[in-house]
Amino acid sequence: MSNDIVNLISTKDISRNKKTRSGKERAFLGGRYVALIFLTFFAISPIYIMVVNSFKGITSVSQSGAWGFPTHLNFAAWPPVWDNLKGSMARTLFFVVQSSIISAIIGSINGYVFAKWRFRGSNFIFTTFLFGMFIPYQAIMIPLTQFNHAVGLTGSIYVLVFAHVVYGIPICTLIFRNYYAAIPTEIIEAGRVDGAGMVKIFRTIILPLSAPAFVVVLIWQFTSAWNDFLFAIFLTGGSPKLSVATTALNFITGSGNQVYYGNNMTASLIVSIPTLVVYMFLGRYFLRGLLSGSLKG
Amino acid sequence: MPAAIKLTEVVKNFGEVAAVTGVNLEIRHGEFFTMLGPSGSGKTTVLRMIAGFELPTSGRIEIDGIDVSKTPPFDRNVNTVFQDYALFPHMSVIENIEYGLKVKKVNKSERLERAHKALDRVKLNGFDGRKPGQLSGGQRQRVALARALVNEPKVLLLDEPLGALDLKLRHEMQLELKEIQKAVGITFIFVTHDQEEALTMSDRIAVFNNGNIVQIGSAKEIYENPNSQFVAEFVGISNLIHRDGKVFSVRPEKIKLGSGLGQVHKANVIGISFLGPLTRVEARLQNQDLLTLMLINDGVEQLPKVGEEIEISWDSQFQVK
Repeated sequence: MSNDIVNLISTKDISRNKKTRSGKERAFLGGRYVALIFLTFFAISPIYIMVVNSFKGITSVSQSGAWGFPTHLNFAAWPPVWDNLKGSMARTLFFVVQSSIISAIIGSINGYVFAKWRFRGSNFIFTTFLFGMFIPYQAIMIPLTQFNHAVGLTGSIYVLVFAHVVYGIPICTLIFRNYYAAIPTEIIEAGRVDGAGMVKIFRTIILPLSAPAFVVVLIWQFTSAWNDFLFAIFLTGGSPKLSVATTALNFITGSGNQVYYGNNMTASLIVSIPTLVVYMFLGRYFLRGLLSGSLKG
Repeated sequence: MPAAIKLTEVVKNFGEVAAVTGVNLEIRHGEFFTMLGPSGSGKTTVLRMIAGFELPTSGRIEIDGIDVSKTPPFDRNVNTVFQDYALFPHMSVIENIEYGLKVKKVNKSERLERAHKALDRVKLNGFDGRKPGQLSGGQRQRVALARALVNEPKVLLLDEPLGALDLKLRHEMQLELKEIQKAVGITFIFVTHDQEEALTMSDRIAVFNNGNIVQIGSAKEIYENPNSQFVAEFVGISNLIHRDGKVFSVRPEKIKLGSGLGQVHKANVIGISFLGPLTRVEARLQNQDLLTLMLINDGVEQLPKVGEEIEISWDSQFQVK
């Protein structure tokens, strides 16, 4: 299904390329490329700064020389930074993976019911689900903290799993619902005629067809939970070392008056590696998943 | 022996819209029964109610004498072949076919044996391992048929199953479906809006319009003795003729050149199309009614030319009010 759409789009592109263009069109196209190249540089420059400066050692980074290449590769900043971050990296990976998987599973079940097993009031309930996407973290800081305290989760890593799962459910539900809406209802009916019930159809027919939507949701949840700072700082209470985002900040700001840019850049780079890796391996599926209607409104 | 399917005063409303308005129908065992009608006439809704995907607003549906009005689809001993095949795209052909048996927990060896028998029935031996995406439209349709047949339903429901096929393949499948139906001996209920398809395949046809059945009969009865203008026009081509303040219809092939058959009419030829075995002649009567004639290209009859005035006549027994 998703392949068909990707093929459709790429053949469309090919046929468009074959057309001959007038001078005006060509100039416009050229302008577009210049703009895109500029924007690409703009987007990449922080990563560039991060990478080059992490290889200049701990102290030899200056503001004036920030754009330059390192004279020689100096790995001095890496071991101390890594030692400082690895514990919280592991913990973050632990809660991020868990919360991504749990919210993806809940989202796919919700999406299945909302797309294919409508019931009285299901549209209303779906709308209230979506409403959850628009509640800012800040608005629930105090009640969530109190709730966690009441149930005795404060300080535990599961407080972050819980928060990210709950916050992830609306978007995951939306993505899965739209993905499943594109699956013909006849397929479900074919399953019903053959005697399969709601759960069996989900397990044997719908779930095996859901890989593209799962990729989209997992990347989405992974990135947002990994990058999250606010939940990490206020939900973990007295344990700032729980999440890598807070640890990295601690590390960066906690070094007194002297700012060690080499360390800071290395820390930033290390912290962003997991999300980069996720995109690198799953990025093309991500695009395919988006194209196959999983995020269409 | 009770009827295979019996519908009594079946009504279906979707909100304000009355889709089916009190249908009464009896379908016999082993019959190839077609529900024919334009889109929106209620034929598919009736099929879906027999299948159990829709529950009737009121009325009673019986299968083999048992009231199934409220029974879920899988407890009805019917199976459905869908228009768009509805194969499970991630399963191979054989997995698709044995799915229903697997759900019913039939053991593996029996499952495979029955699935292969069904595959054999639809002439797709050797395609076991293919995925639906690797099959042509006609092959997918056969898999869908095999998937339904393997469950050995008492009644097979087919919802415009040939709609997506090209004309040639469609004609082939029409004959084959009929053969398969005879071989397995179960009741087929076939929904189509294609009157030619209905005439070719059916033992009996129910013509639907506006949410109810307007006529039930064999292909010949429906074609030769339509009980209303609607049926006359929807099934085959019909000429509407106004005479003496009355309207009646005559089939094109019943009208002959010359004065041999009854009251003679004069008409002007306005168009001629060569169709191979037949020539279609369009003519206008003096009262401005448009007529279509079908003349056999047997080389015996002299064909008229455009602009020519011709005399025509027909046997009054073929006039249908």
